[in-house]
Amino acid sequence: MKEAIINSNYFGLILSIALFILAVKIKSRFKLAILNPLLVSTLLCIAFLACLDIPYDTYRSSAGMLNFLLTPATVCLAIPMYKQLKLLKDNLLAVFAAITAGTCCSLLSILVMGKLFSLSNEHIATLLPKSITTAIGMGVSEEAGGIVTLTVAGIIITGILGNMIAESIFKIFHITHPIAKGLALGTSAHAVGTAKALELGEIEGAMSSLSICVAGILTVILVPVVNSTLV
Amino acid sequence: MKYVKEIVWIIAFTFIGEVLNTLLPLPVPAGVYGLILLLLSLVTGLVKLSDVETTGNFLLDTMTMMFIPAAVGIMSVTDILLPVLIPYIIMIVVSTIAVMTVTALVASAILKHSGEKNADKEATA
Repeated sequence: MKEAIINSNYFGLILSIALFILAVKIKSRFKLAILNPLLVSTLLCIAFLACLDIPYDTYRSSAGMLNFLLTPATVCLAIPMYKQLKLLKDNLLAVFAAITAGTCCSLLSILVMGKLFSLSNEHIATLLPKSITTAIGMGVSEEAGGIVTLTVAGIIITGILGNMIAESIFKIFHITHPIAKGLALGTSAHAVGTAKALELGEIEGAMSSLSICVAGILTVILVPVVNSTLV
Repeated sequence: MKYVKEIVWIIAFTFIGEVLNTLLPLPVPAGVYGLILLLLSLVTGLVKLSDVETTGNFLLDTMTMMFIPAAVGIMSVTDILLPVLIPYIIMIVVSTIAVMTVTALVASAILKHSGEKNADKEATA
C-alpha cells in the first residue's frame, strides 16, 4: 500500500502542492512573517518524509516536475521586465548603483563574518554566492573551491529568509518605492525573493527579475577577486 | 490553440537557453539565457506580449511552490550541514538583512534625488 502510494509518479507533486496550500492557509489565518508558506511547506514536507521514512530520492523523482518548471518560469520573468522597460530605462542609475552596492555588501559581509567565525576558506567560498540564483551560484562556488551541495542549501535558506523578512525590513526602514523593494528582493534573495516581489506588484517583480541577472553576473566577476584575498 | 501557441514559445526559449548553456563556456544558467532572448524578442516585436502572457503569468504565479523540491533537498545534506549550521545561519541572516537594507536604501536615496530633479524640471518648464 505504502509502496504503491510513494512510488506513484504524482506522489511528490501532490504532496508538495497540498502542503503549500495548507501553508498558505496557515499564513492567512495567523498573518505572521515567520509562517512563510515556502518555509512552512518545506518543513512539513521534510517532517512528513522523515516520519514515514521515505527517502528524499523517492520524493524527488515524483516532485521533480515542479523543479522542471523553474526554467520556463525564469524565462517568463521577461514578461514583467518588458512591461516595465520604460521604468527600467528611466532609472538606470538607481538600478545599477543599488544592485552593485547590494552585491558588494553581500560578498564583504560573508568575508568578514567568515573570518570572525574563523571558518575555513572552503566554507567562506561556499557562502559567497548565497544571494544569487542557484544555477549561477553552483558554478561560482565550484570555481572558488567551495562545497557545492552546501552552497545550494545556503542559497535556498537565503531565498526563503529573504522572502520571509522582506515586508518587515521595508516597514522598519520606511522603504515605500516599488523600484527599491524589487531591487532589494532580487539582489538579496534571487529567484525566491523575486517570487515575493511578484506578489507585491509588477514593478517590484520586474526590478527583482533584473536584479537576478545583474547581481548574478556581478558576483561571477567579483568572487574571484574576493577569493584571491583569502590566503 | 491559444495555449498551445503560448506553451510552444515558452518551451522554445527554454530549449534555446538550455542549448546555449551547454554550448557556451559562461556560467549563465539556461533560464537567464531564455529570459534575455525572450525580452529581446518582445522588444523587437518578434514575439508579441499576447503570445506568451497568459501561460507566462500562470508560471510566474505558481513560481513560489516550484522551489519546494529543491528546499526539501536540504534534508539530504544534513550530515555535512549540521556541523556548520550555526555559523551558516548567523552569516546568512545578518548578510541577507544587510544586503536587502543597503540595496533598498541606495535605490531609495537615488530615486528620491532624481524624483526631486524631475519635479524641479517640471516646475521650471
